[in-house]
Amino acid sequence: MRAAQVVNTLLLKEFVSAFFLAMRYFFAPKPTINYPFEKGPVSPRFRGEHALRRYPNGEERCIACKLCEAICPAQAITIEAGPRQNDGTRRTVRYDIDMVKCIYCGFCQEACPVDAIVEGPNFEFATETREELYFSKEKLLANGDRWEREIASNLAADAPYR
Amino acid sequence: MASIKVDGTLVEVPDYYTLMQAAEAAGAEIPRFCYHDRLSVAGNCRMCLVEVKGGPPKPQASCAMAVKDLRPGPNGEPPEMFTNTPMVKKAREGVMEFLLVNHPLDCPICDQGGECDLQDQAMAYGVDKSRFHENKRAVEDKYIGPLVKTSMNRCIHCTRCVRFTTEVAGIAEMGLLGRGEDAEITTYLEKALSSELQGNVIDLCPVGALTSKPYAFNARPWELNKTESIDVMDAVGSAIRVDSRGREVMRIMPRVNEAINEEWISDKTRFIWDGLKNQRLDRPYVRKNGKLQATTWEEALSAVAARIKKAGNKVGAIAGDLAAVEEMYALKGLLASIGSGMTDVRPAMSGIDPSMPRSAYIFNPTIAGIEEADAVLIIGANPRKEASLINARIRKTWRAKNIPVGVIGERADLTYTYDYLGEGFETLVDVAAGKGSFGKILAKAQRPIIIVGEAAVSHANLGKQVGRDVIAIASKLATGANVAEGWNGFALLHNAASRVGGIDIGFVPHDGGVCSADQIALAGKGELDVLFLLGADEYDMSAMGKAFVVYVGSHGDQGAHRADVILPAATYTEKSGTYVNTEGRVQQTARAVFPPGDAKEDWAIFRALSGAIGKPLPYNSLAQLRSALYAEFPHLANVDEIAPGKVADLGKLAKAAIKTKSAPFGSAVADFYLSNPIARASAVMGECAALAAGLRQAAE
Repeated sequence: MRAAQVVNTLLLKEFVSAFFLAMRYFFAPKPTINYPFEKGPVSPRFRGEHALRRYPNGEERCIACKLCEAICPAQAITIEAGPRQNDGTRRTVRYDIDMVKCIYCGFCQEACPVDAIVEGPNFEFATETREELYFSKEKLLANGDRWEREIASNLAADAPYR
Repeated sequence: MASIKVDGTLVEVPDYYTLMQAAEAAGAEIPRFCYHDRLSVAGNCRMCLVEVKGGPPKPQASCAMAVKDLRPGPNGEPPEMFTNTPMVKKAREGVMEFLLVNHPLDCPICDQGGECDLQDQAMAYGVDKSRFHENKRAVEDKYIGPLVKTSMNRCIHCTRCVRFTTEVAGIAEMGLLGRGEDAEITTYLEKALSSELQGNVIDLCPVGALTSKPYAFNARPWELNKTESIDVMDAVGSAIRVDSRGREVMRIMPRVNEAINEEWISDKTRFIWDGLKNQRLDRPYVRKNGKLQATTWEEALSAVAARIKKAGNKVGAIAGDLAAVEEMYALKGLLASIGSGMTDVRPAMSGIDPSMPRSAYIFNPTIAGIEEADAVLIIGANPRKEASLINARIRKTWRAKNIPVGVIGERADLTYTYDYLGEGFETLVDVAAGKGSFGKILAKAQRPIIIVGEAAVSHANLGKQVGRDVIAIASKLATGANVAEGWNGFALLHNAASRVGGIDIGFVPHDGGVCSADQIALAGKGELDVLFLLGADEYDMSAMGKAFVVYVGSHGDQGAHRADVILPAATYTEKSGTYVNTEGRVQQTARAVFPPGDAKEDWAIFRALSGAIGKPLPYNSLAQLRSALYAEFPHLANVDEIAPGKVADLGKLAKAAIKTKSAPFGSAVADFYLSNPIARASAVMGECAALAAGLRQAAE
């Protein structure tokens, strides 16, 4: 016991192994990424910023069933509905999400019968003021338009497991 | 009585009970779609199938089979029914699968979602899969009027709506056409329904095929606050539930009250809610240089107070159709403090004298009591318009017992057959003398009901004596020689919720006061300086001369246009107010939402005004006001009860000398849909009125 310690000390064993460990990591690929120019992988199930989607023909998907509003545990969603002026179909007049209240649980997208409200892959929506985090219907639809490609591919990727 | 075993428990039920009723008596739940307590049995949804022992070996529709249809066992054991066996479960699942074959999966866009019988029962009794892969049936939506929206794909053909309209509403306008997959519910030639009770089909429809058009897509049932209240659109005082969200009333639904409205309400009651949001007075206004200008409460109250101080006791007050007892009591107290007794809640030239006993101005036989009647005489009233639910009750009695009904006054479609006797006072005298076939029927009747309408009692052009004579003759008819002991058939049918309560607390001319018509005449002559209009709009505003008119009310209607000062007040959904219905039943509304803007509860306005004139009323809260009110009028404390009128008092009235020779009776309600300020502010009511007036083609 005592002798082994003496040998280790004399031969600088710990020093040498630490040197090789350091060298191994020195030449290994870097786990840190150069954010924001590089980004880590995001799961198709990632629950990020909300978006309201549209059908391919441009028609908004949301039918104002209010199930997301009902299920929202943080009561972040406020919906007012009514018949749309031109064709009398059931649409939202107002669809607001208070992103400050939102806890990103994803219940809204689970409740949605038409895949209209989704939590997209975007997590970079920090704002300078609180007011900008009160999302209106226009903002959510714009999000949907911007992220539709990613959202659609994520939904397709997750579909086999549902 | 017969005994039957329900799931093993023995119950004793009358033998005419259906199996469903027996199961309910035993506490077993049976799902159903087509069966409804107040409608005839159709037995076409098949959801209520049960297994029976002592009857056919297949599943039986429990709504359509009576207990007496089952035979006892070989040793006299009672027959048995089962609601929880595998056979019943399988039968229910099968029926549910059939019902869902053609039912679209559009719950998310269906207004019934969340309060749908089919949704609930599919969860409870259905299976989670469908084996039907073919296309679903598509049915064209029908136009059945501005109130009921149809979505006929969803219809499951329970025919509740058809049975309701033919049996209760008395309009044979809906029907089921075609068979099998082609079966469709429709109105005759797709005309709008003409009933004033049509809104009830929305509640009856177990699916979302018939939904409320004005309420379409507005809200979900789970986000509404439900407040149990009382309707004030007519003097019936139907039990309602006000559904509100935030500061808005979203819809009005009926509640069950067997004594008054059973479970129906009239369309005016149900669809009035958009009028609660339009034309609202939300700030005090003062007329300056001929124009109404928004102002503060202090300024408005001091303007009124200054005029009252100058006017001495030359101050009058007229209460409108929707005034609650509390505010009339406060206003009466305010006027009493300045020595004026000029208060009135009755329509112009009413024959109801302040000195008359209570039995002379209430609906003595009570609404539920109509079912015991053996003859009904309607004098100068159109109950279908003035009190739709009383008319429904008369129709119910007429259908059950075929009672003779006589009408003196306006000839109208009352949904039951009646003897039209004549149009005026002479006919009434003849009938009272026992002349004619109906006179003889009435003379022999043991439980007659004499319904006296407001049109017979109030004659604006002919004076008060006509009304008094009508009341005297009607009392005589109601106290005839053959009338059963304890039966009081004198029924005054008011058409405004404020009347009986106002008369009860003496909001009628007293201490030298004069009636509403005379107040307006005095104002026109310049002998009345200040006139309070408590939501009163149904008067000739141009006849008030230079009087300083203070309008206390909720809507910008005629009264507000004439007013010199407007004090914005609350509507019946925004305050707790006591109302006494035409039967004399004391009821209270409850606050569902707050009044808009600066509007205040009416009694509080008068309390504030009394402070401004330096004679404060002795109460600072509604509770204090009520205890003062109850001390003075103890019967108002008994909510939901009737302080009955005495028959003996009618006997005295009947002895009055008749002075009138002739007078015509019309109907007091010219336009059912536009009879009060809230209704006039409602776009839906306006549409109904236009439709009713034939200005628009129904099937456009």
